[in-house]
Amino acid sequence: MSAGWFALGPVGVALAVSFAAALVSAVVGVFTVLRGQAFAGHALGDISGAGGAAALLFGIRPLAGFVAMALGGAAAMALAGGRRIAERDLASGVVLGAGLGLAALFLYLDATMSGAGGAASTVMFGSMFAIPPGMVLPAALCAVAALAAMAALARPLALIAIDPDLAASRGVRVRLVGFAHLAVLALAVGLAAMSVGAVLATALLIGPAAAGLRAARTLPGAVALAAAIGVGASWGGIGLAYESYGWSLGWGGRHGWPVSFFVVALVVAAHAGAGLAARMRG
Amino acid sequence: MFAAFMLDTWVAGLIVAITAGVVGWFVVLRGASFAAHALPLGTFPGAAAAVLLGIAPSAGVAGFGLAGVVAIWVLGRRGRPEVATALTLVMLLATGALLLSWTDRYAAQVYALLFGQVLGVSRASLGGMALAGAGAVALVLAGFRPLLLGAIAPDLAAARGARPAAWEFGFLAAIALAAAVAVPVVGALLTFALMVGPASCGRAVSARPELALAASVAIALALMAGSIALSYITSWPVGCFAGLGGAGCYALGRALL
Repeated sequence: MSAGWFALGPVGVALAVSFAAALVSAVVGVFTVLRGQAFAGHALGDISGAGGAAALLFGIRPLAGFVAMALGGAAAMALAGGRRIAERDLASGVVLGAGLGLAALFLYLDATMSGAGGAASTVMFGSMFAIPPGMVLPAALCAVAALAAMAALARPLALIAIDPDLAASRGVRVRLVGFAHLAVLALAVGLAAMSVGAVLATALLIGPAAAGLRAARTLPGAVALAAAIGVGASWGGIGLAYESYGWSLGWGGRHGWPVSFFVVALVVAAHAGAGLAARMRG
Repeated sequence: MFAAFMLDTWVAGLIVAITAGVVGWFVVLRGASFAAHALPLGTFPGAAAAVLLGIAPSAGVAGFGLAGVVAIWVLGRRGRPEVATALTLVMLLATGALLLSWTDRYAAQVYALLFGQVLGVSRASLGGMALAGAGAVALVLAGFRPLLLGAIAPDLAAARGARPAAWEFGFLAAIALAAAVAVPVVGALLTFALMVGPASCGRAVSARPELALAASVAIALALMAGSIALSYITSWPVGCFAGLGGAGCYALGRALL
């Protein structure tokens, strides 16, 4: 790595925003995986893409677009969802279909009205090095809010994940906590969608969390491990993408590999490593 | 809208709707919404790879679809199925992001592949589509009883000697085939909306599986025809109408139940 790496504006911004996104995604992700809500998490990430596209169209802040649309999706899922997992997944899927329908429309209008032809790629696959520096503070505020909410939700959510009926008998308001979880999830994927793109926010949400749950013995251990893997994978991904500009492995003499590719590769490798570690331990 | 050049689109829409209606009914029954979303979306990088390599897009789509089926099935046997699906999807998409970064003549095609387009099929590809669609429908209908039993009473199915793991693989393969049929028209992101929307409404029509299945196909046909017609009129992408219409179907089904 060359000297002055951190001094570069876009890289510094990418590191800061992806730190917030990865940390929040990993923490929320552990409870999402525990509750079998991986599809809802992925769906909210995709839906937030509609918000990103709308933000391009109306010229508002992208983060506001991503997060607002994800929150709307979370509310719709909470309203439509049933108790059985299959039924809940169906409701998530239907809300996802509607959200993606809107994304299709906004991206079409982006392309025809403002000539932003590459909008589909940007919104869906992210452009980490193009995040404006003004985004760091709002992203940090979102992250702090999400982490504070998770601190309050951790105990009831863990109870619900183990046994909803038991949780209800202990005085946990299952529906309310479930909706609060979806709302924090929306915040997390909105942040992640900003950095790795709407469709790959799932990688930061599910991969580190599943790896943490595989390798750690306790819930706090799983959360800590997931956070470490998430942040490590995003920073490693940014570092590798930055270095890759000097490689000559690209197709047709192109240089620079996308950040999202490296982040996902590192997350998947960590997940496989966690499985191996768990099996060796017996 | 009924001009000669639209004929191929209408035929393609017919094939897509029948395939999606039949396979989608099993998707809803088995609670496999995530796999039905992940497999079509995961085939999208295959098309990008095909463009890069200069081979037929359908070959790339088939290759990535098969890779997705195997990955979901293998990973899902070891751990949580939804985590397996999520990881498979992000692996396929990350490969797609890499391939897309290597080509710059692609922005319009990316958009069409993700969200669908009315004129996405040529006459030459109709035969292959019909074949793949027939394969998907034949696969789930051949497994009608084991798939039904496995969804309603998995323990009973195992006790009766049905091989749930083998049928799960066959079912995932059927979803991938249906995806290969539908993605060029409806788009990779919204193909699953055409599967789950009509089917979730169809099950409200009748409690008898055969009738519900028939209703699901009929609703899928109506949704597909409506989406193509509206897309032709407004020139908005097909997927836009399939997604919003699919949600409308679901709401209608919930109101009927």
